[in-house]
Amino acid sequence: MDTTPVVTPRPPGPSQPGRSLHRFANPGRFLRISGVALPWVAIIGAVLTAIGFGAGLFLAPADWQQGDAVRMMYVHVPSAWLASGGYFGLAVCSLLSLVWRHPLADLAAAEISTVGAGFTALCLASGSIWGKPMWGAWWVWDARLTSVLVLFFLYLGHVALVRAFDDPTRGYRAGAILALIGVVNLPIIKFSVDWWNTLHQPASIGLTGAPTMHIDMFWPLAVAGFGYIFIFAAIVLTRTRSAVMERRIRGLLSARAERQT
Amino acid sequence: MTRKRRRLWILVACGLGLGSATALALMAFRDTLVFFIPPSEIASKAPAVGRTFRLGGLVERGSVERVNDNGHPTARFRVTDGAGTVTVNYTGILPDLFREGQGVVALGSMAADGSFRASEVLAKHDETYMPKDVEEALKKTGHWNPDEGKPPPPASTWNTLMPKKPDTSKAGG
Repeated sequence: MDTTPVVTPRPPGPSQPGRSLHRFANPGRFLRISGVALPWVAIIGAVLTAIGFGAGLFLAPADWQQGDAVRMMYVHVPSAWLASGGYFGLAVCSLLSLVWRHPLADLAAAEISTVGAGFTALCLASGSIWGKPMWGAWWVWDARLTSVLVLFFLYLGHVALVRAFDDPTRGYRAGAILALIGVVNLPIIKFSVDWWNTLHQPASIGLTGAPTMHIDMFWPLAVAGFGYIFIFAAIVLTRTRSAVMERRIRGLLSARAERQT
Repeated sequence: MTRKRRRLWILVACGLGLGSATALALMAFRDTLVFFIPPSEIASKAPAVGRTFRLGGLVERGSVERVNDNGHPTARFRVTDGAGTVTVNYTGILPDLFREGQGVVALGSMAADGSFRASEVLAKHDETYMPKDVEEALKKTGHWNPDEGKPPPPASTWNTLMPKKPDTSKAGG
């Protein structure tokens, strides 16, 4: 049972570095700000994703060699971005948790890993459905696919580990360490297609150079990508809000139980 | 504050150690992490006859022969990477993307006659996503012919190309 108080008020003292971070650690302030932002984040996410999917399915041209099968890209590629990006968010939360003992980061990390596992599953499933007609195989053990499968297992491991201890703080700590160890997988996923010969093609969109994709295919993909980001954020915010409230209720209940004994 | 800084430095040190350990491990496994072997390495490495491995390269132009072997579709083609060429025999259904000049990955083993007997052929496609009419426009203007097996021209030369409008006037011919 979590008996630690929800907020540990710090004595007002001279301004310390790192205090600015804790300004956002106040769960009450988080609930207020996220409550205002959440509907907008959710609406923007739904609208952008709908536009991206609609344009990808009906407006974007078919590929010269893949035909209409290329439209799987608008589902698959954003989910792959979010699988990696979500893990980066999980790692940032884990760092905040381990170094600064940020109380909200623990709760957010536990929710990001659940949602990230879902997006990674979507990435693997859509990639498989795309791979069968194009490559001729549902699955191959090349470096890209294998490293993304490892990412999926890292997410699942984090989901299980943070909930495996009677004392939640120990679970959060173990989960944070696992998440940070798993960060080595992110560059492996990104560069697997460049370092080794794989069946999966290299990236079409990079920070340098023009995307090797026609603009009519690129913009629906970019819109869907932003839509996915907002949807991911909306789900994580919703789940983190309920986790904060759950923790509050648990604190109140245990406080009442203590008073009664 | 000092405790926080110490925790941060411990994590940075662990991260550096883990990162370099992973990098070293990956470097050590560099040769075994490949998904396929290009034809030019077949000659130097010479995998034993009957040992299963994956062969990857481009289907050589004009090398594909399809025959019907008692109702089984059989294909014989050469896979090349420019420096080496291996003949592949395959009985089965080829993926839709299979064609001359296309990248393929075949699973199988070397036969005694130096050819490769494949049990599975997968098609590989590149990172280029191009509408059909752009590809036709590039072909028409002579900028790129995918049948030659060469990579497409730099993306900035075609990824905003709108061939439909100028083409409608010329398409009559």
